[in-house]
Parts: sequence; structure tokens; C-alpha cells
Amino acid sequence: MYVYDKYDQQIIDERVAQYRDQTRRYLAGEISEEQFLPLRLQNGLYVQRLAPMLRIAVPYGLLNTRQLRKLASISRDYDKGYVHVSTRQNIQMNWPRLEEVPDILAELASVQMHAIQTSGNCIRNTTTDEYAGVSPDELVDPRPYCEIIRQWSTLHPEFAFLPRKFKIAVCASQKDRAAIHVHDIGIELVANDAGDIGLQVMVGGGLGRTPVIGSVICEWLEPRHMLSYLEAILRVYNQHGRRDNKFKARIKILVKAMGVDAFRAAVEEQWQSLKDGPTTLTDEEFERARSFFTTPDYEALEQDAAQQVLQAQCDADSIFANWVLRNTRAHKADGYRSVTLSLKATGFPPGDITAEQLELLADLADRYSMGEVRNTHQQNMVLADVRMADLHTLWRELQGARLATPNIGYLTDIICCPGGDYCSLANAKSIPVAEAIQARFDDLDYVYDLGPLDLNISGCMNACGHHHVGHIGILGVDKKGQEFYQVSLGGNQGKDASLGKILGPSFKQEDMPDVVERILSTYLSLRAEEETFLDTYRRVGIEPFKERAYAEVN
Amino acid sequence: MPKLIKNGAIVHDDWQAPASGDTAPAGHICTLQQWLQLQDKSGSAVQLEPGEGVQDLLEHLDAIALVAVNFPVFTDGRGFSYARELRQRGYEGELRATGAFIRDQMTYLARVGFNAFQMTDESALEDALDSLHDFSQCYQASIDQPLPLFRRR
Ligand code: SF4
Repeated sequence: MYVYDKYDQQIIDERVAQYRDQTRRYLAGEISEEQFLPLRLQNGLYVQRLAPMLRIAVPYGLLNTRQLRKLASISRDYDKGYVHVSTRQNIQMNWPRLEEVPDILAELASVQMHAIQTSGNCIRNTTTDEYAGVSPDELVDPRPYCEIIRQWSTLHPEFAFLPRKFKIAVCASQKDRAAIHVHDIGIELVANDAGDIGLQVMVGGGLGRTPVIGSVICEWLEPRHMLSYLEAILRVYNQHGRRDNKFKARIKILVKAMGVDAFRAAVEEQWQSLKDGPTTLTDEEFERARSFFTTPDYEALEQDAAQQVLQAQCDADSIFANWVLRNTRAHKADGYRSVTLSLKATGFPPGDITAEQLELLADLADRYSMGEVRNTHQQNMVLADVRMADLHTLWRELQGARLATPNIGYLTDIICCPGGDYCSLANAKSIPVAEAIQARFDDLDYVYDLGPLDLNISGCMNACGHHHVGHIGILGVDKKGQEFYQVSLGGNQGKDASLGKILGPSFKQEDMPDVVERILSTYLSLRAEEETFLDTYRRVGIEPFKERAYAEVN
Repeated sequence: MPKLIKNGAIVHDDWQAPASGDTAPAGHICTLQQWLQLQDKSGSAVQLEPGEGVQDLLEHLDAIALVAVNFPVFTDGRGFSYARELRQRGYEGELRATGAFIRDQMTYLARVGFNAFQMTDESALEDALDSLHDFSQCYQASIDQPLPLFRRR
């Protein structure tokens, strides 16, 4: 993974010093609440319902074990001993004290971490595929591109006070695991007939109040122009994006208002003055970035032999076999698999992980997975490089730590924002809804029979839980001061991305497990051979679901 | 006489703030409307408001002595792009940030090409001068450092 040199470290250290002084001035009454707001936000600090929340940047989700141990110790020393994995692959702490945040940031800086631009109206953490570098369906490793974008966007002087937040995602695989269609900018790395790599650039996608699928504005961009082209897009947005209405300030609204063609023309015009300037990327810089993401030292293993041993272990233990089937996936290297750890055990808030679990995970990663861990935007964690021969031992350890729930990609692997339990923007709680659904569907055979299913929950329109792109989406709404839930169906986040359609009037919290059950039984009764929930929905439409869901409620 | 930071020092201002009217009184910075009416633009001074953009100025960059960019609220970041675009397109005269920006924005402002800073609260100028040195290193190419870090590493 990327390793800081003296320049990176200096920038981060100076940022900590700057924020320490800003906090001091705020506490001394020298800067107003209003002035302090963007300063703390751009250092990751929200003020939430019950306490501040600190969002720590995890560039494209990648963590080493030193960082994991540091997160564990920070959560113990400054917080309540657990952290939360967000849908942007970041880490959140829910109970830091505002006065102590500069100290936390200094501790993070000591392990090459920071909280810069994890919030506020600026360029946020760039995200990508959690299986980058190890997935068989990958064209190239997207992480060098992400790291180049990370550096460029960090403390960019021109784009720190944008109309609204700005999110970039990169995908380089056949299956899109980075949701690039619903980002302000989505970059897909593609190859031409000659085998050269180029960028297809999408703009104006997004969730939130007005969900939109992004539009392609550049079919083929040479990689060396990546940063100057991004600058041109950002400059058009910074100058022309709406600032009079927060809900109309995202780039998607500007792209819609101008029309994609006019927007493209404006970008091209700006780009002419930036193109081929000093920001043009050099071969050396690509080489340098790539040098941090080289193939690790895999042992030369025999795939067939490894498979046989694993098969024997699976035959002997059906619970292990099931976990291998559900929570591990194929790897580029022979004799290896990638393991996804579920942070979705029933009875625990989705995405939460305790200090003890983090430390255990660090030990396991050191022993079994090259000392690295990844956060996923599904709020789980990944050990990417595990020898098949180690899977059984690893599984036993994970089981003991409640990290082996075999539900990856299934109904109970719920994406869920912190919602009304923590978030001051929430209309409704989301965690209790997730827990009630997990508790209702505790029969794993039933869950597996349903096939792959994304159920996503957001506590408000801001859509941190990505409810629009859940096959089943649940959104907390406020009805005369009471918490209700609106259900949508048919969303999807892959390359054939689609936005969910609202089922109808919203439901009470206690009815939600029943409502989900009726939706699922409708699917089961209608599905044709081998159809997933999404397939069936796309074939039959929303009506049959609507009839059943409401028939029995009223 | 009002004060401001110019080229790293606190000095007295030679110009007066824009005034209303069809033409700017002598010694005052023009509003964009007033400036557009000027026959002779050599040695002129003009203030841009958010939303006005730099387009009208581009033909006269050699003639203008001062471009002031107003920040009526410090969170409106359009002025950052105006400054960088002006410099990038060849403007070499005084480029002044004016209005409600705060000291915590000083490094960003300097990096996009401002060389003068006029704050609503003059007593804040000393501290703002200090803030110019918050960072000694940066990743991006910009006006004060035309080479990105990757070309300097
Ligand atoms: S979706 Fe709304 S409630 Fe949930 S975390 Fe985001 S802002 Fe808070």
C-alpha cells in the first residue's frame, strides 16, 4: 500500500498543527461557530445528536495492521471502544470530545492517517473496489489512480469551498463494486483494441434527495490528462454550481440544468487552458504510484492441490463449508482466496467493530493476509490474500470473535447508516429496523434460498445508507413528528445501475419485518427458475409487490 | 487610510472601495459595470462579485492594474477559481481578496494567485499574515508553486 514520504508526512503534520490552533481559537471564543463549522468539517468533525462524530479517512478502504491497532487504541482512549465502517470505506467514531480531536489527529498522523476532507463542501475520499489488486475480473489495479487523485485532491486550494460535497469513485473491473454510476464523478478504466488503458469519465450521478445516474462526458481520456480534466470539471462546477439552495447544489443539478452537451463543452473549454500544463501526469509518477501496489510475494502454490485439501475440510465440516461458500471469493493467485468478514452479526449495529475485534483482526492479518485489511462500502472488512490452506484456522478464530456470520451478499448483510441513534440529520432510526429484520430472518436456509439481495437503509434523504440502489431500499421519513419508513424496490448499484421505485405510503417501524416478509414471499411465489429478486422485479414490475404489501397491512 | 496585506507586508491602501453610480469616482475601484464603460482601461481597477466570472476581463489583462475579488461570505468559493483562472491566463497585476474571508483560508488564497488581502476586520491582518505560513508543502500545481509535488519529489 502507499507509504508516506517526508512530504506527505509534513503536510499531514502541518494540518494537525493548523487544526490544533483553530480548535484553541474556537474554544477561546476567537472564531465564531459559523467560521469554525467548515474548518472542523474539513477535519472530519461533525457535531451529532448526542456527541461529536469524527470521520477518519481510509483512502480507498485500505488499512495496514499498524493503523488497525492505532484505531483500536484511539477508540479505547478517546471513545467508547468501538468504531463504525461507513459506506465510503471510512472509519467513524461516535463519541470523541471536541477538545481532544487535535490529539486524535496527531495520533492518526503518527500512522500516516488523517481526517482531511471527510466532510464539508470539498472533494471527499476517493473510493474503489474492495477487491482491487486481487480480483480475477480486474483489468488493471485502480489503486494507483486513486492514490494520485487522493494527493491531488488533498488540500486543493481552488476547491475547498465548493457549492457542496464532491465524491469520486474509480472502477477497473467487469463488475462495478464502487457504484461509479451514482458518484459526482465516476471513472472507469477501460482498454482499447490496442490494449492501452484509458479513462471513461462519468459525471453528475448521485443519491440523496434527487437520485440520478451519471452521464458519460468523456469516452476516452488518456491517463496522463486525468488530473487536468478533473480540474476542468471541478472549475466549471465551482463557478457555476448553485449556491442559493443546498438541495440543488450538487453537480448533478448543474449537469441537468445545462444539459450534458453544454456541460461537456464548458469543461472542454476550461480544459484547453489546463491541458498539457504541469499537472499533466508523467510516466514516472504513474510508475511511482504503481510501485506501492505491486503484487505481494505470493507463495507458488498448486491451485488443484489446495482445492483438494480445502474440499476435504469442507466435506468434514458443513458449517465451515458454508462459510467458505458465502464469505470467500476467488483470487488472482493460485492457492489463495479473499475473505470477507461480516460486520453484520444479528444484534449488533451493522458496520460496527470493537477495539478487541480490531486488534484480533490485526493479528490475523499479520499472520494470514500480508498485514493488510480493507473496508468495504457494504460496511464489511476484507482479508484479501489468504492461503486456502489457512482458511480453516482463520475461520475458527473469526468464529470466536463473531466475525464469521456467513451472510455476505445476502438479505441480512444490510447496509445501514447510523440514523437517528446518532445522526442529528436523521428523520428516523435505522439501526433498530436493521436489527428487527435480521432477527426475523434468522433462518439461514431461507436467506440463502432468496439468493443475492441488497437491503439498504437510510435514516433520511441524505441517503448515506444508499437506499436508492438497494434491491430493497428503506428510507426513514418524518410524519408529523413520528418515525415512518418508505420502501422502494428495484434499485441496483452495478453496471446496470438503477434507482429504486417507491412502493407506496410509508410504514410504521414495528411493521417493517412483516412488510419485508411479504415482499420476499411475493418474490418467492413469482420467481422463475434461477431468477434473483432483481430479475423477478424487473420482469414483473412493482404492482404485484404493492398489492401484497398493502393488502394485509390495512 | 485603510490597511491591507500586500506582497507579505501590511501597507496602506491606495484605492478606495467601489462606490455606486454610473462611473467610479477618482481613486475608487470600479464595479464590473462601471469598468465595462471605461474607454481607457489602462491602469484601471475592477472588483468582481461572485457570479460575474472573469470572461469580460480576459481581453484587457495587460492593461488592468488591480483586480479585487470580493468574498461577501467566506464559504462562497467562486473567487478561488476566478483568481487562478486570471493568473493562469496571464494576469500579472495586483490580485486582491476582499471581504469576509478568514485567516484560515490564507494559504489557499495565496496559492491560487492572490497577492493582496483586505479584510473586513482590519485588526485581524497581523494574524492573517502569520497564517500565510501554515503550510510549507503542497501537492498541487498552482500559481505560487507552478509545479505539482510529483514533478518536484
Ligand atoms: S442518511 Fe441521514 S440519518 Fe443516515 S447518516 Fe446520513 S444524514 Fe444521518
